[in-house]
Amino acid sequence: MGYDEALARYEPVLGLETHIELGTASKMFCGCPTAFGAPPNTQVCPVCLGLPGSLPVTNRAAIEGIIRIGLALNCSVVEWCRFARKNYFYPDMPKNYQISQYDEPICIDGHLDVEVDGETYRIEIERVHMEEDTGKSLHVGGATGRIHGADHSLVDYNRAGIPLVEIVTKPITATGDRAPLVARAYVTELRALIRTLGVSDVRMEEGSLRADVNVSLMPRGATEWGTRTETKNVNSLRSVERAVRSEIERQGGVLAAGGRVVQETRHFHEDTGRSTSGRSKEEAQDYRYFPEPDLVPMAPPRAWVEELRATLPELPAARRRRVQREWGLSDLELRDVVNAGAVDLIEETVAAGAEPAAARKWWMNELSRRATEQGVELAELPITAGQVARIQELITAGELNDKLARQVFEGVLAGEGGPDEVVAARGLKVVSDDGELASIVDKVIADNADAADKVRSGKVAAAGALVGAVMKATRGQADAARARELILDRLGAS
Amino acid sequence: MSAITRDEVAHLARLSRLALGEDELDHLAAQLDVIISAVARVQEVTAEDIPPTSHALPLTNVYRPDEVRPSLSPEEALAGAPAAEDQRFRVPRILGEEA
Repeated sequence: MGYDEALARYEPVLGLETHIELGTASKMFCGCPTAFGAPPNTQVCPVCLGLPGSLPVTNRAAIEGIIRIGLALNCSVVEWCRFARKNYFYPDMPKNYQISQYDEPICIDGHLDVEVDGETYRIEIERVHMEEDTGKSLHVGGATGRIHGADHSLVDYNRAGIPLVEIVTKPITATGDRAPLVARAYVTELRALIRTLGVSDVRMEEGSLRADVNVSLMPRGATEWGTRTETKNVNSLRSVERAVRSEIERQGGVLAAGGRVVQETRHFHEDTGRSTSGRSKEEAQDYRYFPEPDLVPMAPPRAWVEELRATLPELPAARRRRVQREWGLSDLELRDVVNAGAVDLIEETVAAGAEPAAARKWWMNELSRRATEQGVELAELPITAGQVARIQELITAGELNDKLARQVFEGVLAGEGGPDEVVAARGLKVVSDDGELASIVDKVIADNADAADKVRSGKVAAAGALVGAVMKATRGQADAARARELILDRLGAS
Repeated sequence: MSAITRDEVAHLARLSRLALGEDELDHLAAQLDVIISAVARVQEVTAEDIPPTSHALPLTNVYRPDEVRPSLSPEEALAGAPAAEDQRFRVPRILGEEA
């Protein structure tokens, strides 16, 4: 069923479960390192391999991290809670269980506001709980690493035991046809928040932020929610949006045909943008949770919680409001800057001495264009905010004009060195010395008699061609305004 | 009244990957029933003002600093594995479950 048709008949209800790997140096319950991409099974020990006799001990930095996340999400930090054992038979955890939290999450009842098309949606947070990540399986013998048709699996436990924070929303209702955008905006805002807190690098492509998307549909006007599905394996912001959209279409089709939505886990496929059915939820959910006997309860002292609250940096939403005010941006301009991922960069450039308008101009125009051309994020361009500020400083001082500045950007991005080195190496300098410029102007007037005559006869607009010729003759290094003055002066038109 | 059914024992056995025969299911259902009845009797005397005991030690907030300690070598890690391949644990294929 088409998206619009599905939305005309049904109202979507969403729920998002987001997993975030914390960037601690060591694992959740042992001292193994957590580096991404290490050779298989080189970051494992008796604890994270679940060998007999080993005992877990909780990483204090992970608990500090999750409390800071909870506070940033306006949650309450509970007075007392425990870890729980989630029992399941699957080789991605060598212990046959995952240490998680069940009915006693450490942080509860928060919210995060997100904006879509100028409208604010408050996403209520049900819980934020602490657990450990699982190992990675490689399926051998099947098609392209997928489990179906696999002959056997190979498991790497480097990731098993890395601190994992799960953030669960309450049901998100009344988003209508914006449901996919709201889901995406939520994960985007969450990612910005976590990144600001500095507790995780939140790289979706490396799996340090992973989203599961719950979707159900109910007939418009109904009060009882429909059966939901959970789509896993949603590993990019774009996929969050696509997964919600495709599931609305799929469920709409099932319901409209008089069918019943099966409560199940579905797997999202990046390549097709569709999902396929996984295990059915009813039996998979029998995890036989019980309080983890190997770990004592946590009772975060209030003083500690307040100490951690005091470490919270300015959060993205507050920051956006501030920069909008300080830089004098319209809502639309702010949105463009945020969407381009340029807030940090512009702010650093301003801190390095540039005017906000100039800093924004370079990042949003010249540099955004180059980033798009190269298919990289703005922040990934090999140029620093300090270098951008330096180029602007040279412009303000009259040593460069915008055209020359673009050549300096090009040189810096090409790895030719810092702005001053590029200026020196390429011999870029505004020619504003009147003696030198005057002789070029005279030559240009002599070479372009027609245009010169027009200017003499009062057609001042024709001076543009002469200024262009001067710029060409100086390879863009002339001060165009000064050249124009000299031309008009020479031709008696000033 | 029986607190646990034979079907529930079969379900638990499947979750635990235990291959139980028909006679074992009957045998264990009866035994588990006794255990559950005993726990139910203990629950009769619990009171609102006594918190359930999940841990024997009266401790909370036991943490370690976030410090890296040496891991095992891959050879040591894989030494006890029934099968290994490409420095990874080799396990039988898993059907009907997710990656």
